[in-house]
Amino acid sequence: MKILHSWLNEFADFGTDVDAIAESITKLGLAVEGIEIVGLPVAGVVVAKVLRTERHPDAAKVHRVYVDAGDGVEKHVWCGAFNMQPGDLIPLATLGTQMPDGRVIGQRGILGIDSEGMLCSGTELGLSADATGIMILPSHLELGTDVFSALGITKDVVFDLDVTRNRPDCTGYLGVARDLAAHLGLSLLPHKDAAIASGKKHSIPVDIRATDRCGRFSVTVMSGVVVTDSPAWIAQRLSRAGMRSINNVVDVSNLVNLELNQPNHAYDLNTVADGFIVRCANDTEAITTLDDASRTLGPQDLLICDAKDRPVGIAGIMGGAGSQISSSTTAIALEIAWFEPLGIAASVSRLSLRTEASLRFERGVDPYGSDLAVARFAQLLSLTCPDLVVHAQGTDARTDALPAQDRSTSLRLDQIKRVLGIDIDVDRVRSLIEPIGFGVLQPDTSNAVTIIVPSWRPDCSQEIDVIEEIARHYGYDEIGKVVPKSPVHGRLSAVQQRRRGVRDFVLSLGASEAMPNPFLAPGDLLRCGLSEDNALRLANPLVAEESVLRTSLRPGLLRAIAYNQSHRINDVSLFEVGHVYPQGVEQLPDEHEVLCVVFAEADATKAMDCWSQISQYLGIGAQLFQDVAPGGFHGTRSAQLRRGKIVLGAVGEIDPTVLANYGVFGRVACVEINLSIVLGETPKVALAQVVSKYPSSDFDLAFTVPQTVAAGLLLKSLRQAAGNLLAELALFDIYRGKGVVEGSRSLAYRLRFQAPDRTLADTEIADARARCIAAAQKLGAELR
Amino acid sequence: MSSEATFDLGAQVEAARSLALSAIANAPDAAAVSKIGSDLANKKSALNTLRSGLGKIQDQEARKMAGQLINESAQEIDRALQQRIAEFLIIERAAQVAGEGIDLTEFVSPNRRGYSHIVTQAMERLEDVFIGLGFQVAEGPEVETDFYNFEALNMPRTHPARSEFDTMFIEPFSVEHEANTVLLRTHTSPVQIRVMQTWEPPIYAVMPGRVFRRDTPDATHMPVFHQIEGLVIDRDITFAHLAGIIESFTKAFFGNEFTSRLRPSFFPFTEPSAEFDIKRHNGDWIELGGCGMVHPNVLRAGGIDPDVFTGFAFGFGIDRMAKERHNVEDIREMYTNDLRFLRQFS
Repeated sequence: MKILHSWLNEFADFGTDVDAIAESITKLGLAVEGIEIVGLPVAGVVVAKVLRTERHPDAAKVHRVYVDAGDGVEKHVWCGAFNMQPGDLIPLATLGTQMPDGRVIGQRGILGIDSEGMLCSGTELGLSADATGIMILPSHLELGTDVFSALGITKDVVFDLDVTRNRPDCTGYLGVARDLAAHLGLSLLPHKDAAIASGKKHSIPVDIRATDRCGRFSVTVMSGVVVTDSPAWIAQRLSRAGMRSINNVVDVSNLVNLELNQPNHAYDLNTVADGFIVRCANDTEAITTLDDASRTLGPQDLLICDAKDRPVGIAGIMGGAGSQISSSTTAIALEIAWFEPLGIAASVSRLSLRTEASLRFERGVDPYGSDLAVARFAQLLSLTCPDLVVHAQGTDARTDALPAQDRSTSLRLDQIKRVLGIDIDVDRVRSLIEPIGFGVLQPDTSNAVTIIVPSWRPDCSQEIDVIEEIARHYGYDEIGKVVPKSPVHGRLSAVQQRRRGVRDFVLSLGASEAMPNPFLAPGDLLRCGLSEDNALRLANPLVAEESVLRTSLRPGLLRAIAYNQSHRINDVSLFEVGHVYPQGVEQLPDEHEVLCVVFAEADATKAMDCWSQISQYLGIGAQLFQDVAPGGFHGTRSAQLRRGKIVLGAVGEIDPTVLANYGVFGRVACVEINLSIVLGETPKVALAQVVSKYPSSDFDLAFTVPQTVAAGLLLKSLRQAAGNLLAELALFDIYRGKGVVEGSRSLAYRLRFQAPDRTLADTEIADARARCIAAAQKLGAELR
Repeated sequence: MSSEATFDLGAQVEAARSLALSAIANAPDAAAVSKIGSDLANKKSALNTLRSGLGKIQDQEARKMAGQLINESAQEIDRALQQRIAEFLIIERAAQVAGEGIDLTEFVSPNRRGYSHIVTQAMERLEDVFIGLGFQVAEGPEVETDFYNFEALNMPRTHPARSEFDTMFIEPFSVEHEANTVLLRTHTSPVQIRVMQTWEPPIYAVMPGRVFRRDTPDATHMPVFHQIEGLVIDRDITFAHLAGIIESFTKAFFGNEFTSRLRPSFFPFTEPSAEFDIKRHNGDWIELGGCGMVHPNVLRAGGIDPDVFTGFAFGFGIDRMAKERHNVEDIREMYTNDLRFLRQFS
């Protein structure tokens, strides 16, 4: 909402300190987001008349304009705009003028011919947004006079207010002024009454058929109207509020809307003399609105129709073409209505048609503000229509949808202290909220008091709403700051600590953290070797390429690898800890948290190394299922991580086809772990074992093992066979090639034995060795 | 035994002694010294031969003196041996050290530590500050129901403020069955309701997480971004406490030279509502986030009796904090996953 300083000051004497006013408005909750000074005169710009124009054969983009600046001497000016005719009045910046952008006008010549000044556009002077040509001035101005004073331009300040949804009253000057005056302890000044003739009774029938959508529809007839231009000050106000001046009647309508937050509509009386019908539109009913657009309506949209049921406007949004004021209008019917806000809001969003009126109706205007609005309308119109007559007994149709005038709520005084932490009595409450229109009745009990809510505050209906008003006018700053002593032990949960731990651990493995988009393109999951059947889709995506919710972190990370590789970054290692959202059986998806780590240009052993370190770090175990590759993983270089039927994740290399789909080169090692399962597990606390003081004995065993026997299986058998005196067991060498039969490899293990209470006898070691060899042979391994 | 014989033995001991000492002194290296040592230990060495001849001396006194003489010489030789070996060791170590020098800047590290995302860094810093202020950390789902995202937050089906959230909905979506609508949460506030439903007051919780708005990406907006939300519910929690926590947070997170203020605003789920701004002393106010006293309707929706408990909530964006802390020009850069970007922030 743009508020002019000069206009605001008509409501009360807020003074000249612009920054102080802005500060006060902001403190009231109507954040001032901008302060703009407008109408600053540019000294040296005078009214001049175009005498003749002339092209120069060597200059295509400029022409020569000869002007008279009032002294009868022909001045020559080069000009790049061609929109003027001889006889037009235009602003001439004379030599030496300093323009608002800092330029100083000099005799800058073209083709050796000097220019004796510059013709100005409205934008260059800060007078209008029109930069398309030179500003053409009204023909009655006196040549040679200062353009700004000739146009009656005055300096002003525009405050740009961010009016929140709960303050519909503040989309008008009156609401802002009322709040501000109360805050500063000022009284609102009444508008001066104008002596306006009252005419004979003239009622127009109004038939409200959509009784739940229209609460009130009042019509006042005014005659003696002469349609003409508005005075300059009105046009200037409107333009500074971002509106165009149309004619005196439409301009007054807009002024009243801006001032009193009361949208209104003036019809040419002739078009609606027989009456109005307010009803919902029929399916596909069409109307041409004031902006000459044809719009197709539906039963949710509310129409204003004439007595013959012909639409004359979309209620609360925009009038229709045909019933508007024209130059021949001599009498008007002024409609001031109250429409049910949610209905208007729904129409606005369905029709995508937002107007100054709809903005107000959908937030809620004062249903009892029409009398003031009619009076102000007449007063302003009488400035240009001295013979204006306001006819008595206008129509005031009402329905049950009209909110009650005196809405009330009960306020418990001790609740103020409970919520705000301040101790105030009923007199203080009264002094805070009566100036903004609230009524405070005599206390019902020592604690409860009835509050009457003003009709322009539809947002206030409960006790807490009143407490907010008290807080605003008491001052948020005055309430003070008290730090509460938390009785809670501040900490991360075990899951959160483990999440941070695993994140940090993965960082220590060299992977950096990526945050890919959780939205995928249709087909992304398929390209990743995964099903798309269990993926959720967005009903209203921004773009189709971001319409599928991920069920895996791999598509995002693979894309990130490809991106980095395409920018010549080698050895890309990335990870993400993030949510995936596969479809669930309940209303919400089976959303869970996953850790995915990828190492580009690394093979499955890197993935196994990563997994074994993470599993050791988190104290979690899983069985490695190599039989069937997890979706999207390499068919013979991957394994599922499982516990019985529960899948914990996957480890290995990404399928080469998937890598090709994503344009990734080299191998990619990947570990994927369902964190929602493993972070919630609490590893057993390790209990200390006494470190043996007795000597240990080592031996190595190397076996020729067929490729079909997993090294992990052999390791497990050796561990079992070795018995409880085994202290350490590790695979330390893998060899394929000369001396080992094709289809097998040599696996060498080192074993260390130790007893807690004695030195081991040679026979014990020999026995263990024999057991290990036997166990290996059982699997098909042969001692080398 | 005659004194000549004794003298003769003494001369022999002296000869053996000086021979050995001179051999030790002239030995070229530690190995040669060791060789001399082992030769001297041999039974047939000069001193050992003399020692074995001691039994032939009849005079007890003279025998004792001769033994003593031999022992003294043997000990002297041994000391010389040890000393000479030690000298050689020092020389050898010095030679070793001198010979095996390396340039420590000739350093190739195959494993570099990875880099944490700046949004995660900001999130963890925020969590830690609030933990210090006595808060716990709560989490909730990113795909939510209409109930948690809107309805329970005092935004019933027809509430006009809903339209301001630019919500993204999950298919199938129909206006008629809006109550069962599933959507991407537009703020972290649904977690407030989940916390109220499952925890008992006193509640001091912060709720960081990912949120979604149907907003075209530009230099300052992403459709997927992060917020942190705070919730305090207890008996006798007031607006003054809200202002106190915001001030404590401001100083703890940004530094003691910062201060905070609250100014009236509007959110459907709080009342009174406020924006909170922060200011470095001498600086301009910067708008940081929204806050307010939890609306009684919201407390009720969370199963908490507003006549027994009061509370406040606050929330703000995390991405912007990371963006401004690291002077990132365009927020979209934070989500390219370009390692050249990520590696700037350790």
